[in-house]
Amino acid sequence: MAEHATVTEPADAHAGGHDDHGLAHTMPIWMLFAVLGLLLLLTILTVSVTSFDLGSQGNLIVAMVIATVKAALVVSFFMHLFWDKKFHLILFFTSILFLILFLSMAVTDRGEYDKDVEAFRAAQAQLNQK
Amino acid sequence: MSDRAPEVAETPKRSVPPPAADHGHGDDHGHAHDAHDAHDAHGDHDPIHAANPHLAHHFDTPQQQFDAGKLGIWLFLLTEVLFFAGLFCAYTVYRAMRPEVFVYAHYFLDTRLGALNTCVLLVSSLTAAWAVRNAQLSQHRLLKLNIVITIACACTFMLIKFVEYRHKFNDGLLPGPRFAPTEQVWELPSFKKKHPEAAEYAEHLLKRAEKKNAPAVAAPAAAVGMPATTGASPAPSPTETAEAPGVGKKPAAEAVAQVARPNAAAATPGENAEEHEARPTEEQLEPLIAAGVIGPKAENRDVPSRPRNAHVFFSCYFFMTGLHGIHVLVGIGIWIWLLFKANKKVFGPNYFGPIDYTALYWHLVDLIWIYLFPLLYLIH
Repeated sequence: MAEHATVTEPADAHAGGHDDHGLAHTMPIWMLFAVLGLLLLLTILTVSVTSFDLGSQGNLIVAMVIATVKAALVVSFFMHLFWDKKFHLILFFTSILFLILFLSMAVTDRGEYDKDVEAFRAAQAQLNQK
Repeated sequence: MSDRAPEVAETPKRSVPPPAADHGHGDDHGHAHDAHDAHDAHGDHDPIHAANPHLAHHFDTPQQQFDAGKLGIWLFLLTEVLFFAGLFCAYTVYRAMRPEVFVYAHYFLDTRLGALNTCVLLVSSLTAAWAVRNAQLSQHRLLKLNIVITIACACTFMLIKFVEYRHKFNDGLLPGPRFAPTEQVWELPSFKKKHPEAAEYAEHLLKRAEKKNAPAVAAPAAAVGMPATTGASPAPSPTETAEAPGVGKKPAAEAVAQVARPNAAAATPGENAEEHEARPTEEQLEPLIAAGVIGPKAENRDVPSRPRNAHVFFSCYFFMTGLHGIHVLVGIGIWIWLLFKANKKVFGPNYFGPIDYTALYWHLVDLIWIYLFPLLYLIH
């Protein structure tokens, strides 16, 4: 860890010792590459897992879990949310919350019109028979 | 976890005003005020602005300027998430309603190209995050290099996307009424590789249906035209039957429909008892039914075809990847602009907001692709 502190030192020196340096967290290089490595590994994993049959919804769930882990990595490290103000985290989660609300509301009534559609199809078929 | 602690501990040594960062939510406005008050106490604005040529006159300190911009970009990203939410919603609802359409259509997408694009975008995300670090540490040359790599990755992404789009345009895989695929799903290498038995079985069904057509046409049914079946039928049967003199396409198709309707899945021998063939195995049937090629979801019950409304997938595909692609193009434009700014060495520890905000936007674009890739390419 110590060497990272020394990496940031020159910048401090450039800033002239004034205390208005370092407006935000600086990502260490090793962490950037570690995150990229993990993301690439997870990409390989999500592609290779498609060759296994995990039940009707199993593959979708696994794919979405992996995607969410990747998203969490990107958001917390590449997007600095791990160190950022918690208010930004709340903002981000608010959007996710509304996304989930939106999707779940829409999905709940997806079958509502199936009967009408089927009735229409049946009527259409009858018309064609005549 | 423990080795991350020193890194966190390092942060407090930043900042002019008391850092509101660790106070938690809602402190943002308070933070700005703190800075303002702290400043008024000093009574003089000029030294800070003189020392920071990139500090806008309406901000008191670089910290305030940076925090305001950061809040702004996060609010923008929030609207972006909700913007894409509409498309994700359309996708989710349609996939829940018509899973066979998605199973059918995913065979037309090249997983390798999609995975390659994912990797390209992830690498560009790394260089974007690295560029933020470079800007913070005044590493001007590395900053330029990382921006250039980011732009190069973005262009590679668009190039691969272009190759994919051109392929789809050529194959008639277009949304809406222009949807007219030139290939049947079971003829695709991706399908044959995964389900060789099912592909063969579909061919077999097709041949059998063609054979059946001939007698059906010979005794022309009195059926009157029905638009739906013929218009939708992709199989070669209509062209074949059309050769018979005096029999139009539509009546022929209708006749076929009447003869062959009950054995849609071909699992029931039904009236075709003369054909005593082996009952198809699960491996032969299941992939075809799942993809809506045969069975109740198929567009055409008589011959192996495709699911009804298969074009909706391609509407989803083109809108989602298209909107994402537009975001990548916008990102390229912003990165080019920043490259010019970086060339003038304007970025440093007190002024790296533009790089940081653009990188955040870029990561969000990456984030959306992280979800698009499995949803569009990796359907099981």
